[in-house]
Amino acid sequence: MSAALSIRNLTKVYNNKLEALKGISLDVMPGDFFAVLGPNGAGKSTTIGIISSLVRKTAGDVKIFGVDIDTNFSEAKKFLGVVPQEFNFSMFEKVEDIVLQQAGYYGLPREYAKTQTEKYLKKLNLWDKRNTPARMLSGGMKRRLMIARALVHEPKLLILDEPTAGVDIELRRSMWDFLREINEAGTTIILTTHYLEEAESLCRNVAIIDKGLLVKNTSVKNLLQGLNKEVFIFDTATDLPTEFSIAGFDIEKIDMHSFEIQVDKGQTLNAVFSALTEQNISIISMRNKANRLEEMFISMIAQSGSNQAASKKGGQ
Amino acid sequence: MEYSQQWIAFTTILRKEIKRFARIWVQTLLPPVITMALYFVIFGKLIGGRIGDMGGFSYIQFVAPGLIMMAVLTNSYANVVSSFFSAKFQRSIEEVLVSPTPNYVILLGYTMGGVARGLCVGFLVTLMSLIFTHLHIHSWLITITIVFLTSMLFSLAGFINAVYANTFDDVSIVPTFILTPLTYFGGVFYSISMLPEIWQHISRLNPILHMVNAFRYGILGVSDINIVHAILGLSLGVVILFAISLHLLKTGKRLRA
Repeated sequence: MSAALSIRNLTKVYNNKLEALKGISLDVMPGDFFAVLGPNGAGKSTTIGIISSLVRKTAGDVKIFGVDIDTNFSEAKKFLGVVPQEFNFSMFEKVEDIVLQQAGYYGLPREYAKTQTEKYLKKLNLWDKRNTPARMLSGGMKRRLMIARALVHEPKLLILDEPTAGVDIELRRSMWDFLREINEAGTTIILTTHYLEEAESLCRNVAIIDKGLLVKNTSVKNLLQGLNKEVFIFDTATDLPTEFSIAGFDIEKIDMHSFEIQVDKGQTLNAVFSALTEQNISIISMRNKANRLEEMFISMIAQSGSNQAASKKGGQ
Repeated sequence: MEYSQQWIAFTTILRKEIKRFARIWVQTLLPPVITMALYFVIFGKLIGGRIGDMGGFSYIQFVAPGLIMMAVLTNSYANVVSSFFSAKFQRSIEEVLVSPTPNYVILLGYTMGGVARGLCVGFLVTLMSLIFTHLHIHSWLITITIVFLTSMLFSLAGFINAVYANTFDDVSIVPTFILTPLTYFGGVFYSISMLPEIWQHISRLNPILHMVNAFRYGILGVSDINIVHAILGLSLGVVILFAISLHLLKTGKRLRA
């Protein structure tokens, strides 16, 4: 089975000599929900730009469902729907016209295009705004409009570049539900995001890019298993003893009703609960102190930076 | 992309372009009609009466084809340069660039959008000119051929300008400093036979002179230049500008990073 997206040794050097991509290779399998993570300037948007033809690659190969973009870009583009980071529609045109035109660019017959436009504007709660000029929409609506536009020709591969940036929590959650729904219906989804919680919640596989290099390409599950420690915060119903401790765990008391506990790899939360029960301490709630993926991400980027610095030094 | 799908993509761009200039008709269709009406009143009625006949016709009849052609070429150019540049500026051009629509379909769509506005304005100016004078068409075939080729040529020129333009200032430089002088010296208001011989030769280097005169021949049956040469030159110009525009799209000049 062909990968939904196959990238080999992709490099991009811009005219100002900036080396945005330094030979990235990765595969995204059909049906996957794939995250591309990386700090600002890592090369995420350049990668998406090359896949969608808005950026010319310097070297390397890109195949979309087995179709090479160098030999048949027109065919490869049929499989693709792209939601860019910045708004890129005419602010003066009506919502319905924007989606309808996109359908036309993909060669959808007019009547079918109208049906598809209605379907996706309704799904994204924009049907009531169909006659509104795009400039009159709120930021969240504009973002949903771009998703409707990208889906109107029902692409097999949907790429979203930071789709929930600047979107409020409620809308973000509803967009997540929608993306899960279309992924379950068979659409392969690749998203770049700064919200690591988003990647952890939605995606099965992840690639981490930093300074134009692929730092990690694995499943989210594997990535999280690589965590050496996690810090939890417990809130208690009963007062904590003055000398509070649990054997084998690092504990820091925050106040009389809450404490932080570090659980290392190999330790279990069962041991913590058993110790608390023995001390007659009742728990109201517990939570991670920080997003788990975020911790992993920060440590990987830091490691990648020091590795690159070391190899640079070695080369001198 | 199959030909039937390419046709749908073409009509989508064309429909979008026509809707755009029709939506803002106060900025796109009305001004040329008013400007040309002023030309007809001042040059045709007020001054023209004192000038007398030119080329065997009253002055107002002589300038009418030139004024219609002037409106057609400036509006064809203006439509594509402003539409394509604003699509580039707002990045909405990416909508069609990421789609499977072939480059030549994108180019034809925008070019025909410019032709549509040029012909629309030409039709309105012609209707308005009938208030001031009587026009008899000498040759429908030559008239339609010349107006269509001219409109297409200037639409393509507008497209190239839009590709290279980085700011809105760049969009107005060519019309202000190149198109307008060439149009005014392009035989709209006079016959080059009135000029000294050296200026007649220099004027023949002006492509707009050939378009205006060929169009005038189509309507009045008189011309300062060879009609066959004008049609061949125009056709060659269209082919060359089409090839340049297509090359710019293919290489992604100022469109793809």
